[in-house]
Amino acid sequence: MINLQNIKISSVTKKLLTGITGLSLVLFLVAHLIGNLTLFAGPEVFNAYAQFLHHFMHGMFIRLAEFGLFSFFVIHIWSAVSVSLSKRKARPSRYAVEGNAGGKSKKSLHSLNMIISGSIILLFVLVHLNHFKFADHEAVGTMTLANGVEVQNVYRLVVGSFQGNFGYVLFYMLAMGVLCSHLMHGVWSAVQSLGLARPSTLPYLHIGGMAVAIALAVGFFLLPLLIFMMRGTFDPNAMPDPVHHASLLLNRLIPG
Amino acid sequence: MNVNLRIWRQPGPNAPGRLVDYSLDEIDPSQSFLEMLDKLNEKLIHEGQEPVAFESDCREGICGNCGLVINGIAHGPKGACTTCEVRMRQFNSGDTITVEPFRAKAFPLIKDLVVNRSAFDRIMSKGGFVAVNTGSAQDANLIPIHKDDAERAMDAAACIGCGACVAACPNASASLFVGAKVSQFTWLPQGQVERHTRVLKMVKQMDSEGFGDCSNHAECEAACPKEISISNIGRMRREYTKAVFAAV
Repeated sequence: MINLQNIKISSVTKKLLTGITGLSLVLFLVAHLIGNLTLFAGPEVFNAYAQFLHHFMHGMFIRLAEFGLFSFFVIHIWSAVSVSLSKRKARPSRYAVEGNAGGKSKKSLHSLNMIISGSIILLFVLVHLNHFKFADHEAVGTMTLANGVEVQNVYRLVVGSFQGNFGYVLFYMLAMGVLCSHLMHGVWSAVQSLGLARPSTLPYLHIGGMAVAIALAVGFFLLPLLIFMMRGTFDPNAMPDPVHHASLLLNRLIPG
Repeated sequence: MNVNLRIWRQPGPNAPGRLVDYSLDEIDPSQSFLEMLDKLNEKLIHEGQEPVAFESDCREGICGNCGLVINGIAHGPKGACTTCEVRMRQFNSGDTITVEPFRAKAFPLIKDLVVNRSAFDRIMSKGGFVAVNTGSAQDANLIPIHKDDAERAMDAAACIGCGACVAACPNASASLFVGAKVSQFTWLPQGQVERHTRVLKMVKQMDSEGFGDCSNHAECEAACPKEISISNIGRMRREYTKAVFAAV
């Protein structure tokens, strides 16, 4: 008979939890990046997107998403810290010489420093939320969309933040470098943690995971940089024109 | 050829240990690493010193008894072989070679390079067997098993329980060992009877022995003398999840 006592949080359960929460957070990043691309379509599109997120399902969607993200973060951090602590306990006396067996090993600076890169990402998320989510939204003012609805001008908050201060842009770019390192090991490792990897798919999984990591990090790396490069070419308060915005950006990137 | 050795010496489980330097010359490159250590021990005995304690038995890579961390790599630099299969020609004359025991809390040190790996036996005793009454042996072909399944079971069963996965793991996790031991039964009809209880009990014992948690570094697979794939760890996790749902 199976005793349910056997099923308290085991090392395997911890890996399943880290994997599920990690992969979900990666999916969130994909959605977040795609959503943020509306920035390049101008204030109307971006503000309408923000308005949509906040009013979809009478505001229930955003609350559910925020609760989900918060609890996933908490579980992910708890299980990751727990794994990291077990490591110290399980090997009290360290090796004088540490090597890498090469071959099929995926041990790297990325995989060995997950707890450090994770801590930096947590710090970044706190700064990021403080700056955007908990910003004084009344102060950014409102704009009227083409359909006559008056919405908060969060576009001004975002564009203004990155165009005002290159130090802030640099901070974001550094944080995205750390995120890339975390995901270089994190994405494929999450799939393996869920037991989904087969011998035939393992090599592709590792490369695929790194590709997802680089794609996400490059996307988030370019956002603040491109916004900063568009500095002075347009007024953040100006009326929207997606085509005009795109051509301005192209002119900036490819002079002449 | 001649080599400089830095070997971990520790008189007993609770005595303090340290790396001690030795130099040894007139080594034949075709000698095995363990023969080189035998030679060192002969020299130490002649000089009236305590020889270096290390384990070995078959010296042909199948018993899983020998196991040393050579220059930071479990079973040495060659890969896919045990310590006894490492030859001195894999080193250069004049090299400094650091030799340490397998280090893990779950493998308490007995003396010098010898550690106690009974934790593996206790994990096996929780489910690494088939508890059906077989009676007298029946005809070999009465239970049909697909060739691919037999191969997969054999790949997992190739584990010799040497403990290199634990030694190589940055977290000192035993996931590859337990993964292989759980997997080998899942492919075979005889393993189905205790399929769910086996994985739950073996994982529980693994956790209580004080092994670390897995971080998917895959260093275990690279160090494994039998090249056991980490997909067996994934299989253990799938089996574990199924067993949890079967119990609810």
